[in-house]
Amino acid sequence: MSLVVMESLRRYYGTGNGGVTVKALDGIDLEIHPGEFVAIMGASGSGKTTLMNIMGCLDLPTEGKYYLEGIDVTTLDPDRIAEIRNSKIGFVFQSFNLLPRTTALENVELPLLYRRGSQSTRALRDQAKEALSRVGLADRMDHVPSQLSGGQQQRVAIARALVNRPSLILADEPTGNLDTEMSLEIMTLFQELHRGGITIVMVTHEPDIARFAQRKVVVRDGKILQDGPIPDPARAEEVLVRFREEHTL
Amino acid sequence: MKPTVLVKLSFRSIFRNRMRSLLTTLGIIIGVSSVIIMVAIGEGSQAQIRDTINSMGSNLLIVMPPRGRFDANRLTQKDAERIRTEATLVSAVSGTLRRSVTVVGGSGNWSTIVYGVEPDYQAIKQWELQEGEFISEQDVKGRRKIAVIGSTVAKNLFGGVTGVGETLRIGNAPFQVVGLLKSRGTNSMGQDLDDVVLVPLTTALVRLSRNNYLSTIEISAISEDKMTEAQAEVEGILRDSHRLADDKENDFEILNQSQIIEVASSTARILTILLACIAGVSLVVGGIGIMNIMLVSVTERTREIGVRLAVGARRKDILLQFLTESIVLSLLGGAIGILFSLGVVAGLGKFSPIRAIVNPLFILVSAGFAGSVGVFFGYYPARKASGLNPIEALRTE
Ligand SMILES: Nc1ncnc2c1ncn2[C@@H]1O[C@H](COP(=O)(O)OP(=O)(O)OP(=O)(O)O)[C@@H](O)[C@H]1O
Ligand SMILES: [Mg+2]
Repeated sequence: MSLVVMESLRRYYGTGNGGVTVKALDGIDLEIHPGEFVAIMGASGSGKTTLMNIMGCLDLPTEGKYYLEGIDVTTLDPDRIAEIRNSKIGFVFQSFNLLPRTTALENVELPLLYRRGSQSTRALRDQAKEALSRVGLADRMDHVPSQLSGGQQQRVAIARALVNRPSLILADEPTGNLDTEMSLEIMTLFQELHRGGITIVMVTHEPDIARFAQRKVVVRDGKILQDGPIPDPARAEEVLVRFREEHTL
Repeated sequence: MKPTVLVKLSFRSIFRNRMRSLLTTLGIIIGVSSVIIMVAIGEGSQAQIRDTINSMGSNLLIVMPPRGRFDANRLTQKDAERIRTEATLVSAVSGTLRRSVTVVGGSGNWSTIVYGVEPDYQAIKQWELQEGEFISEQDVKGRRKIAVIGSTVAKNLFGGVTGVGETLRIGNAPFQVVGLLKSRGTNSMGQDLDDVVLVPLTTALVRLSRNNYLSTIEISAISEDKMTEAQAEVEGILRDSHRLADDKENDFEILNQSQIIEVASSTARILTILLACIAGVSLVVGGIGIMNIMLVSVTERTREIGVRLAVGARRKDILLQFLTESIVLSLLGGAIGILFSLGVVAGLGKFSPIRAIVNPLFILVSAGFAGSVGVFFGYYPARKASGLNPIEALRTE
């Protein structure tokens, strides 16, 4: 079964008082299968973020259908949609969006606090620790964001996205605020997670980052311009090793 | 989200901005403590009024000339005598004559109040003697020139001495002091209860009155629950004694101690309620302060709210988070206010003559009230927080 199915999806922004309507998405047909690693590309203002917001159930389409794991999201009530965000989706943002003055561990625990059904505090904590070790930050659990590098903060954010074992990880320009080395680290992590069976959809401007994905979708003016597999994706791990060799004395 | 987690979150956020939280709760602290202190003082003064009136005598009925018409006074010794012999619900009766007089004694002059009284007066007013004896039946019958004095008079006339056995002058007549009353101090209205001279009623009528009319007739009913009946009985006897026709109004007035207490303490109660309301206004102002800070907090934490919504918080979760925070904040303020007011009340008791009584139930009520202030004034900001659009919230700086 497909994980994501979008059928002639439209998202219009009305300026309200008689102005022009912006067609941020103008008829998107898209299907994503479990286990894919998709890069979404396109010029600024083409509608990538709008697409991600709808895919992540933060926003609803003006028209068209969106099925997530076969469920028609457009018909659900807000609480149910919140539950889907909690259990099926993990977000990674360009600007990390960690809670300030809150430790890495507590940031990762956040989605668990909103999980329906009760579980012991202890079990939740263990789960958060596991997610942090998965992104290689087991030794930084008690650090607050201001004590972490950008790459580390983004890894904490990825651990937060992973902690509820979602079906889909959505990353909107996850490397946009990171330097090359940190970006490569994040892509290494993404590829690792992808090999582990996790579905990832990532928006990026940089072709260098997109080449680590398996499939490339190009958006223009709210429509899909191009959609196809990336032949022979690069291995971020190897690129990272090479990069470090070139940049150390 | 679990309630324990909500409370934990609230405490964290409150203690993260310690100074701000303290200043915010200051309004609640002041509001709660002023309500408690005002009510405590009000209840204290009510109790004080009750005590004062009770100290006037036991189960007291006072017969007086009609209010505002002292010239219409027709109370006589005969009236007192008839009540004494005919009334069945009465245990003691004394006519009195009250005059402000300057008395002259061993070491000086003293302006005081001289009461002409009968022997029963001691029981009615529950006077105890420090030394000597009270006015007797023979003293009244023989119109003896003797006096029983209060300790203030003794101090001012006779210096360090008790005065018993000495002589004092009222007008030109010498009176021998036969007794010294035990000191009673001042009552809540600042009246010195020991500033009295008691003489036999008959002597006083001769020496201090132009006619034979009494100032009052003071009566003790046999028990507290027979006060009203005793009053009716006395009224009947006096109407008969004054030969009033059925359609005539009373030419006297009877004050009933329990009614006086009722009237006086209801005045105090109204005053208490008024004070508490004024203090309550500051509680409302405190609530507005909390609302203000919660609104600021919602704005500051817009991004946090966006993150929470993105990871699966329902609107309800956000609403409860902020509502819990404002409730915890007001309850903390309430608790500090309660402790503070208890301190003030204890201090008043120790270092001032003001009496304040804290009703434990009222503490619970004010804690509950502080909590409701938190709910009431926290709801709007919490509502605002939970209504944020997650996409926009995540975009704010
Ligand atoms: N809330 C909004 N109200 C009105 N118009 C909006 C709103 N959000 C986005 N748009 C418009 O929708 C279009 C698509 O925006 P979107 O953010 O999806 O672009 P994007 O591809 O993510 O761009 P970028 O690469 O710069 O992030 C833009 O023209 C934008 O101006
Ligand atoms: Mg964008």
